[in-house]
Order: sequence, then C-alpha cells, then structure tokens
Amino acid sequence: MISIPENVESTLELLSSGNYVSDRSLSTAVYLSLKLGRPLFLEGEAGVGKTEIAKVLSETLGRRLVRLQCYEGLDVASAVYEWNYSAQMIEIRMAEAEGISDRDRLGDDIFSDKFLIHRPLLQALDPSADGPPVLLIDELDRTDEAFEAYLLEVLSDFQITIPEIGTVRADEPPIVIITSNRTREIHDALKRRCFYYWVDYPDAERELEILRLKAPQADARLSRQVVEFVQRLRAMDLFKVPGIAETIDWASALHQLDIIELTPDAIDDTLGVLLKYQDDIAKIRGSEAAKILDEVKSEVALAQAAN
Amino acid sequence: MSEKAIPDEARPALQAKAKLDGLSEVGEGGAGKIANNIMHFARVLRAAGLPVGPGKVIEGIKAVETVGLDNRNDFYWALHAVFVNRRDQREIFDQAFHVFWRNPKLLERMASLVLPSFVDPDAQQNAEEMNRRLADALKQEQMEIPGEGEGGQDEEDPEITVDAVMTFSANEVLQKTDFEKMSSEELEAAKRAIARMRLPIMEVPIRRFRRDARGRRIDMRATLRAALRGGGATIPLQYRKRQRRHPPLVVLCDISGSMSRYSRMILHFMHAVTNDRDRVHTFLFGTRLTNVTRQLRYKDVDEALDKVAEAVDDWSGGTRIGHALHEFNTQWSRRVLGQGAVVLLITDGLDRDAADGLDKEIERLHMSSRRLIWLNPLLRYDRYEPKSLGARAMLPHTDEFRSIHNLESLEQLAEALSRADGHGTFQNKSWQEAAQ
Repeated sequence: MISIPENVESTLELLSSGNYVSDRSLSTAVYLSLKLGRPLFLEGEAGVGKTEIAKVLSETLGRRLVRLQCYEGLDVASAVYEWNYSAQMIEIRMAEAEGISDRDRLGDDIFSDKFLIHRPLLQALDPSADGPPVLLIDELDRTDEAFEAYLLEVLSDFQITIPEIGTVRADEPPIVIITSNRTREIHDALKRRCFYYWVDYPDAERELEILRLKAPQADARLSRQVVEFVQRLRAMDLFKVPGIAETIDWASALHQLDIIELTPDAIDDTLGVLLKYQDDIAKIRGSEAAKILDEVKSEVALAQAAN
Repeated sequence: MSEKAIPDEARPALQAKAKLDGLSEVGEGGAGKIANNIMHFARVLRAAGLPVGPGKVIEGIKAVETVGLDNRNDFYWALHAVFVNRRDQREIFDQAFHVFWRNPKLLERMASLVLPSFVDPDAQQNAEEMNRRLADALKQEQMEIPGEGEGGQDEEDPEITVDAVMTFSANEVLQKTDFEKMSSEELEAAKRAIARMRLPIMEVPIRRFRRDARGRRIDMRATLRAALRGGGATIPLQYRKRQRRHPPLVVLCDISGSMSRYSRMILHFMHAVTNDRDRVHTFLFGTRLTNVTRQLRYKDVDEALDKVAEAVDDWSGGTRIGHALHEFNTQWSRRVLGQGAVVLLITDGLDRDAADGLDKEIERLHMSSRRLIWLNPLLRYDRYEPKSLGARAMLPHTDEFRSIHNLESLEQLAEALSRADGHGTFQNKSWQEAAQ
C-alpha cells in the first residue's frame, strides 16, 4: 500500500509522476485533503482537468477508483445500493417450496448482504487491501438538491444507513474528489465539509508542459503556437472559451493532418475542434484568426530569439 | 491566476511568528499568536461577507498546522482551501490576505475606522452595511497600490489615510431607490396571487419515483417487503409513480426609467415567487445586470427589498437589454439554466442601444431555456404594437408574449401569467406578423 504524501512538495511530485502538471496551489489543496481526510471540492469550467486529478491520484497511489457519475434524478438505487429483487423472489419461492414459514428467518435471509448490490458510494466504503479507494463524485451539479443532501451524511461520517441491515461504516475513509462544472450552485452545507479549489485555465508555460506530456507527437514549435493561440482566445469575449482538453485535441488534430505550422487555412479548417459554438466560430474564423495568428507568430519568434 | 505572490514582507513576519510561538501552542485554545491571527483574519473575512464560522477557524488552524509555515505560498493556499467556498470569493480573500498578513494591525486599524466596534462580536446592528464597506475598503486598498508586492512598507501609512475616506465610487450616474413598506393586506394579496398563478409550464416529470397506489410501475422494494410481511405466501404488488416538479424559474426584470412605476410591484412578485418555491433565480437589469436572488430570499419582504435596493445601482436609468442579456448569457446562463429553466423576461422592450446586438443574445437565451416568456407592461396604452427596434428583435425569439395593459396589482400580474396558453400564443403570432 502506497502511503499518502507527507508534504506539499511530495504531493506535487506525486501528481507529476502521474503526468499531471499541477501547480503549488492545487498541490496544497490536494495534500490537505489527503492528510486531513476531507473531500476535495474541485470547481471549474469544463475541460480543465478536474476529473483527471482523481484518476491520477488513484493511479499513483495504487488505489481503486470508484466513480459516481452524477445525472439528474440520480437516486439511492443507482448511487448507493439496490436489492437484487429477482434473486430475492427466487429465495422466497424456494423457502415456500421447502415449507419454511418462519417470517423472521426468511426476512433476515433475503435482506442480507448476499442480495445487496453495491453501487459506487457503498463500494467506496468496502475495505480494500490496497487501502481506501479514491471516490470520484463527478459533475455533482447535475444531480438535484435531494441527492446533495443525502451526500452530507456519507461525506461527513463516511457511513451509509440501510434500513433493513443497519449502518455500514468505512474502516478507513476513502479519498473523495468531488467535481462540479457549476451549472448550478452547490449548497454551502456540502461545500463547508470540503476543501475548495477553483481549477483555472493554466498559464502558457504550464499549458505547454501539458501539451508536451499529452500530445508528445506534435511538433514543438506547433505546440507553442497552439498554446499562444488558445491563450489569446481565452482573453476574448467568447461564449465558451476552449479548455485544456480542447488544446490537446487541437494539437493532436493538427498533427494528424500533418500540419507543422499554423496557417490561417489550417486554423479555419480545424476551428471546430477548439470552439463548440457556431457564434464563436463565426466570430473567429477568417480575418480575426489571421490577426491572432500574426500576433502569435511574432510572439513565438520573439521568444525564440530571446532563447 | 494560479500562483499569487505573497508580498515578501509577509515572509519574515510569518517565520518570526512561527519561531516565537511554535506550532505546538496553536492547539492550546488558540494561545499561539498565529492561531490568534488566523482567528482575526477569519473575522475580517466574515466581515467582508465570506461565510466563515468558528468551525472554519479551527479548520484553518489545523490546515496551517498540516502544511507548516515554511512556504508562504502553502500558507496562502491552505487558508484558501478552507475559507473560500465559491469562485467569486477568491478576489476578496486574496486582497484581505495580502493586506492582513503584511500587517494585521493595518487592517484592524482600517476596520476600526469603518466601525469602532469591529472586534466586538455583538456589533450586529450595522453588520450588513459594514460588510459592503469593508469589501469596498479592501477593493480600494488594492487599487491604491499598483505596485503591490514590490512596494515598500513606507506606503502603509498613506494607505490608512486613504481608507479613511472610503466613499462609494460614482463613475456612472447611479441611483438608489427607496420602496414603500408593504402593507399586510398587500402581503396577503400577494400570497394569494402567487398561489393561484399558473405558469404555462407548471411541472415537469423528473427521474424520481414515489410510491403511489395508482402508479403504473411496480415498486419492487416495497413489494418484497409487503410480501415478507405476509410470510411470502402471496406477493401483493406495490406501485410507484414518476414524481413531478417545478422546473427552475429565472426572472429577468427591467428596472429602467420607463419601467420604474412597476418595479415595486414586480419586486413584490419576485419576492413572493422566490419564497414560494425552490430553484428561482432573479436578476434585475437596467444598464447592468444584478443577481438579486440572495437578497430576495429574506423572508421579510421589506427587508428583502431594502437589500435589493442596496445591491442595485442603476434604478430608473436607461436600458441596455442586449448588453444585459449578453452578460447573463456569458456569466449566468450555464449556471442557472442548466436544468431546463423557464425564463420570464419582464421588459417593455425599449432599448437605449437601439437593439444593438440584442438579436443574437435573445436568440441564445431562447435556445438555452425550456421556454422564454416575455411579459410586457404596455405603458397603459391599448393600441400598442411592437414597433420599437428592441421589441422587433425580441419577438421572434419568444415562446410566449404576455401583455398587461394596466398593471396595477400583483393579481393582474399573476393573472396575465396564468392566462390560458392559446391566448398568449395567438397574440404572439399576430404580433410577430406585425413585426415582420
């Protein structure tokens, strides 16, 4: 069992050993959450690498990743546990055939762990040889308030109450990562129990580093141009600015098309990878893209001259 | 904004403190200076409007204990992880941090200028006003020192004098407004009106179920438990039914000069709706957009309206509908329209910007909402036709157009919204043709 890091420094190393380019601020939040055993609440725009943090943690710490993808109407039966009804029915039938009519015994029997289907939240409380798992509650903002309220009990005491059996408690609390795209505000009561971190878009240096790791096949100069271009787009008044995921996709797409240097045509052809709204594409395509590209090129040339 | 530099001056101060007190003292009832300072810092944040309770203070101390005091950035982010809860609080935290941890005394002195009894927890009477002023004071502080981080300690004294001025910025023609108190009859009438109100989309089925004898799906869990109760000999089927629920409601209300005579009543309406159901978001706009949802959550209507009046700066000014909708679309639509919201847009469609850019924004709003209802108080004018540029731009993108010729009471407002669907649609059609 790999133990959790002992200070912020080694947390930073841990994340980078999993190919996650973190900065000190994020590492501090992650370290606190690991050390003090509290959930980490990550908020940020789509595509900035929130989910990735949980995956990297599970990988580098060698823990099981239990993922709960949230959606509207998520209920206890699909998030926590469910009874295996068909097996229970058969059990009742069998008992009938065997002539067992002792109600209590039958009750104990069919509402036992044997017939319980463990869903992610319950799985996260199960003991594991590698140490407590990483529980990723993804896109919490997609569920409704009712489920959020339910989570309060789970996240503060790491226990789940099943009426027919009793309370299930984790020996060791799991590492909990909660992400939200902020399509609605999460209630303060839940946030209060977590360490909060807003995952921002990275600066040019870090983004370049990420590209180097995630799209290594792309040409170095192309990567630099891509990063500069995207950074400039983020400063513009767009409905949805591209995230890191889009940057990586774009660099890979350009590489696939055997483009080694950005040209206005190449940008126009592949802009759909970067921008996902027609208004935004219409705004950037053509002269605006060419203008940004000119800036990018002089910037990159300047940077190279300086080196 | 990833790595914020913490001013160099803070470093020796912090380290000195750590050496003096030792972290061991931290646990002992906050005897240590650093623990004390974190407590004071938490108070400053609370005064600036962050939801920082005593529990958070203890957590903050624990977090700092955990990361240690060797690295000033770690110290910053440890406190950040504990005290910050939402993205918009980051700025206040950042500013407060930089001012406070450079010299805690400075902020204390500054705060004592704002309110003499700053350290006195009993001082509740002016609490709200103080929050705002302190936040403003902090903001001003930031603006006054452009070369933060590098600047010397010499600047500290002038800062204090600057803070003593603390006036509200008046860079736009802004207006505050005052509402008459609501009488108890009005209050009753409002409640009745809201209870009777029927929006075109009242309830939508959600993906949750409830036990219901007349439901059409079998509730297996309940069925098995019932079967067990009978000894398993018979299995009486239990049913469940899909639950229904109000979709979220987003109200965007124009408070410009031409609408000013209605604003009090519309606010009453918005207050009543906000407190009647969950998932209501309310925004006011004139020349800028203000989210007043939190203010309207106060149960007492007069208190809520006071808060709203305080929060909004552009009462009875011009209207820039396109601009306001753009702001809504980029800042808020993803956050409040996420779960299929019904949007209620209350405006007369008179736009100062001559509908510049309105077309695109209203289209975007229309596309991201379940239903867009435009409610137009028609200036008491019976033969109104949507001839203004704003109205022409907006009409094609509304699902429903509702008008009130004589908006004098909440009942009329609620009644206009509850009118049968056909009427509104019919009107909308004929007017759309007229607008072509």
